[in-house]
Amino acid sequence: MNQHVTATTADIADPVPDRAAADSPQDVVRLVDLKRRFGATPALDGVSLNVRKGEILGIIGRSGAGKSTLIRCLNGLERPDSGEVFIEGREIGRLGERDLQPLRRRIGMVFQHFNLLSAKTVEDNVALPLKIEGRPRAERLARAAELLQLVGLSEKAKAYPASLSGGQKQRVGIARALAARPALLLSDEATSALDPETTRSILALLKDINARLGLTILLITHEMEVIRSIADRVAVIDAGRIVEEGAVWQVFADPKSDITRSLLGGIRPQLPPEIASRLTLGEGTETILRIDVAGEAARRPLLSELSAGVPGPFRLVHGGIDHVQQQPVGTLFVAVPGADAAHLAAIIAFLKDRNARVEVLGHVASPV
Amino acid sequence: MSQVLFELLLRSIWETVLMTGASGLISLVFGLPLGLALVATDHGGIAENIWVNRILAAVINGFRSVPFIILLVALIPVTRLIVGTSIGTWAAIVPLSIAATPYYARIAEVSLREVDHGLIEAARAMGGNRWTIIREVLVPEALPGIVAGFTVTLVTLVGASAMAGAIGAGGLGDLAIRYGYQRFETDVMIAVVVVLIILVCGIQWVGDRLVARLDHR
Repeated sequence: MNQHVTATTADIADPVPDRAAADSPQDVVRLVDLKRRFGATPALDGVSLNVRKGEILGIIGRSGAGKSTLIRCLNGLERPDSGEVFIEGREIGRLGERDLQPLRRRIGMVFQHFNLLSAKTVEDNVALPLKIEGRPRAERLARAAELLQLVGLSEKAKAYPASLSGGQKQRVGIARALAARPALLLSDEATSALDPETTRSILALLKDINARLGLTILLITHEMEVIRSIADRVAVIDAGRIVEEGAVWQVFADPKSDITRSLLGGIRPQLPPEIASRLTLGEGTETILRIDVAGEAARRPLLSELSAGVPGPFRLVHGGIDHVQQQPVGTLFVAVPGADAAHLAAIIAFLKDRNARVEVLGHVASPV
Repeated sequence: MSQVLFELLLRSIWETVLMTGASGLISLVFGLPLGLALVATDHGGIAENIWVNRILAAVINGFRSVPFIILLVALIPVTRLIVGTSIGTWAAIVPLSIAATPYYARIAEVSLREVDHGLIEAARAMGGNRWTIIREVLVPEALPGIVAGFTVTLVTLVGASAMAGAIGAGGLGDLAIRYGYQRFETDVMIAVVVVLIILVCGIQWVGDRLVARLDHR
């Protein structure tokens, strides 16, 4: 059991169900203490994780954190050294290659580099999983046409992959992954080779498929933006361990681990470097506060309440409120003039009382 | 050129085409599976088996290291066993095939090895077995290279078949040596060379066209 995960999930509002509990019919995937090492380096170091039916679970980590090994354990492309992998309640870790084959047809997979067959037309690529299942050609082509319509590429059915753009190739990859009506879709960095605009359209497509077909999706990525766009829950993996897990907006609002904070760095407001470089812990004329708000705390008129409740000037230096999963999540950087400790304490107490998290970052010598 | 010589030229062309075509076909039928076996049994292959791989590689290298003219003579008992005689065009097809098969296996191996591993992984992720991977991924994806390699093999066979004159197989090479070189009939020599150039260019042209049609990369 991963102690770190238990500790971090205990204090968020939406706790992850106890992993030791009996197999829940809601879980499409259940991983128990997965370990895998390559030589001396552990790629997975005791990963336990559940994927619930119908959700989009995002696994984020830096390269080399073990994401790829993890996702490949789910369809047996990679074998764990120890631990258990349950797919729809069935343990697959000890299955032989022959027994894995029918199971893999229940799991669609989308790849970073699309992995389309260059010698086959788009429709034959999409229909390939059905050919492997031994379905008749007419049925395969009908299903391929249906899926190409779903991903908006009907007119490319007879084209070869080489003539498609990256985004179109990934749409074909997604259509192919859906062909055999899988119970689970695995996405292995599906948008990492695409430009930002194409990434957005591919993510919107995945979200749409999740909503329309109720398909469970597990995706791995190194980009927090991907998690923010489509995931319901996020698990952060580092050095082969899940260091943090929870609803996306809650993890965004209150990241517990350094690695999560660092991965969030690019898309959450940060203290501008002009101010950060002048920050001292000693005396100064202004005190810089960081105020994190989420959910209910971000919906109330917090700043006007503050100026009414604790009279005295303060200045907004930087910040913003973002919406993650329809929940407001924000960070504000505020400068309070003067060095009156009692006044500062009153402000902090007032804000904390209203469920905001406050951190004194330091002081600056002259107004910024 | 006399009428007799002209008819001899036509017969020689046919003999060369027959030797090249038949041994080419046989090398394709045996060489491609051999190439597949080399790739499949290698490290990280779909049917990894290092010992089988080593034995196959050793046998192929063994055959490839024997000069063709030696192979031609050394294989006489085998030829007699298969064809019933060790002399003539059909008898030459046996050593030609045995020389071309390992040659083509190596060429096919190179093309098959170049197939992106991600495609094999995708087929595995779809629930495909080894046969699916061979039929849907390895061979179709490597097909342009397999065809281009077959073209190279055929051209090599045209050259090798010239040596088959040593066992009375006839063919263009034999004609050039006996009439053009030994009897100083320069016009025969020139005719043979021109025909060979046309033949080789024709094979190459057809091969290139086929590759262009098959290659969708």
